Amino acid sequence: MKDSLGAAQSLLVLGGSSDIAMATARKMAALRTKRIYLAGRTSRQLEDNAAELRQLGATVEVVPFDAAATDDHEKVLSQVFGAGDVDVVLMAFGVLGDQAEDEKDPVRAAAVAHVNYTGAVSSGIVVAQALKKQGHGALVVLSSVAAERARKANFIYGSSKAGLDAFAQGLGDSLVGTGVHVMVVRPGFVDTKMTKGMEKAPLSTTPEAVADAILAGLRRGSHTVWAPGAFRYVMSGLRHVPRPIFRKLPM
Amino acid sequence: MAVPQQSSTGAGLHPERLYGWGMTSPSVAEVADPTALDQLSELVTGAGPRGVIARGLGRSYGDPAQNGGGRVVRTTSLNKILNIDIERGVVTAQAGVSLHQLMSTMLPLGWFVPVTPGTRYVTVGGAIGADIHGKNHHSAGSFTQHVLSMDLLGADGQIRALTPDGTPELFWATAGGMGLTGIVTQATIAFKKVETARIKADIWRAPDLDGVMAELAATDDKYPYTVAWIDCLSTGKNLGRSVLTCGDFAKLDELPAKVRREPRKFAPLSLGTVPPVPVNGLLNKMTGRVFNEMWFRKAPLRKEGVIQGVGAFFHPLDGIMEWNRVYGPAGFLQWQFVVPFGAEDTLRQIVERISAHGAPAALTVLKRFGAGNSGYLSFPTRGWTLALDFPTNTPGLATLLDGLDEKVLEAGGRLYLAKDSRMRPELLAEMYPRLEAFRKLRAEIDPHQVFMSDQARRLHL
Repeated sequence: MKDSLGAAQSLLVLGGSSDIAMATARKMAALRTKRIYLAGRTSRQLEDNAAELRQLGATVEVVPFDAAATDDHEKVLSQVFGAGDVDVVLMAFGVLGDQAEDEKDPVRAAAVAHVNYTGAVSSGIVVAQALKKQGHGALVVLSSVAAERARKANFIYGSSKAGLDAFAQGLGDSLVGTGVHVMVVRPGFVDTKMTKGMEKAPLSTTPEAVADAILAGLRRGSHTVWAPGAFRYVMSGLRHVPRPIFRKLPM
Repeated sequence: MAVPQQSSTGAGLHPERLYGWGMTSPSVAEVADPTALDQLSELVTGAGPRGVIARGLGRSYGDPAQNGGGRVVRTTSLNKILNIDIERGVVTAQAGVSLHQLMSTMLPLGWFVPVTPGTRYVTVGGAIGADIHGKNHHSAGSFTQHVLSMDLLGADGQIRALTPDGTPELFWATAGGMGLTGIVTQATIAFKKVETARIKADIWRAPDLDGVMAELAATDDKYPYTVAWIDCLSTGKNLGRSVLTCGDFAKLDELPAKVRREPRKFAPLSLGTVPPVPVNGLLNKMTGRVFNEMWFRKAPLRKEGVIQGVGAFFHPLDGIMEWNRVYGPAGFLQWQFVVPFGAEDTLRQIVERISAHGAPAALTVLKRFGAGNSGYLSFPTRGWTLALDFPTNTPGLATLLDGLDEKVLEAGGRLYLAKDSRMRPELLAEMYPRLEAFRKLRAEIDPHQVFMSDQARRLHL
């Protein structure tokens, strides 16, 4: 159960090798979160993350999970929920793709959309049903500022996040009154292994800072969290920039 | 038919978002308001995999009377006083009868509830489930010590009569058992004889923490009801300055002539309701200090024989309905502990830390407990108890309280489950040595955990 100060006792991460998820899990484990499931594709990183969280005193279980394998989502995730209540689910999987390459290769482009959007829809539905049965719990969805308006430089990724973002907002509204809280998190450029080697964008942030924003949002019961917070105002301006001007902006 | 038709199985089951008095960590459950025992029984036997818990007036601060995804049975429609023995002062009441109702009925007859907490809006069922205490704990013990017998609805839908002598195990597991042994349907309670419905109180100030501890220790034998309000926001030499309020029910000849005409009239004042507008941050360090200053200043240096009503003496906050709203939507929590006598240093260090942190704890209450009882999870044990309210958005509160929990545990103390909303589950077994026995008994009488609450899930009760 989440306690009166917003601390959760159990956490399920979908995309357990994500740097943002790991930064969040670390901070949660230091407080009350002692039962953690790291779901993701089997990798060295996933095992290392589990080991690190165990060092912090948490009981960690690694759950084989592939966002793209939507047929398995129900089976895999219902096992997790069958073992006890999950207070917070952090949906953190996603691929950035390579825009220049993906524009030439429809299969690769579709794969980005499949993981980021279709995988999220499928697993999101399963999670929502399970949380509803508990009568409490939070689903945190890692979206992106890129979801707010697609740019020519990464519109494949951006459009997949836009779909995810819209899905999560609608899901959250549909769950009002069930005790389930859906929170959409829109980070800007985060310094992670996913963005390694890329040029840092303005207002760039760190996984730790995004984790802090997530925890504050959970405490407050926010619906939308921007990281850093200034993006809320930046994007509300950018959203209204006319297309002919927007496409000429240097970004 | 005057009785509204309800489906025989559902008793109006409907989803509802529930939280405790602190308005934190809500969950949604199927809620029913049964009006008859057979409905109640069906609601228990028909509960799904997430079980069922009873709920009274929702005055527990945290999550004991909620059950996310499961059933919650509100007992407040089972609110009949079934029998009154006016000679002996023995009352049999259904679980949903409130202490307010009991006072309204019994005070004019010259009897008072044996124990009342700081609010009279608690039910008999809740009073047993939390084994509540009041200002007279040092002289009268806790509520369940005055319960002569009770009926408990078990997981099998059957009702068993429990008495402290006949069925001590289940009786004392139910006292303070937070509703996890079953649902109390009715209880027979021994009342306290009073000549009037007024209190004769002595009110005076103590300059600091050592002063108030000495004064309280010296008054144990003198007054059946004692309490001190202490200022946890003042610092330096004022740290722990207090207002003591001690007294007993007035004798008839102690009342002023005007009151004597209706000596047992029970007419507590309601000063209004806190509006449901956002007043977030109304209570902060600044306003908390001002409030504490005013509370301290308005108290007399020393005044003896003050005649007060039951409401003013026992339940000052009940005059303002829904006062919990002053903390705004973020909600608040109450933290109450007891440490044994001899652990005065721990008490002092805790007050110092809270003061240094500047957490806006208004209305901090200090009191001495007498001996504990046989309740497996009953809270009171001989020692000092301190209760504080904190807005949950107080910066650094989680870490502060975790540290203070450790201090309480080191001193051999414990936290109160009716107030708790955040403690580490690991600490519970150390604080309550009979927790294992409680779990074992519960596993025997309710192997499928039909009785279940959010608090039980959180603390692995």
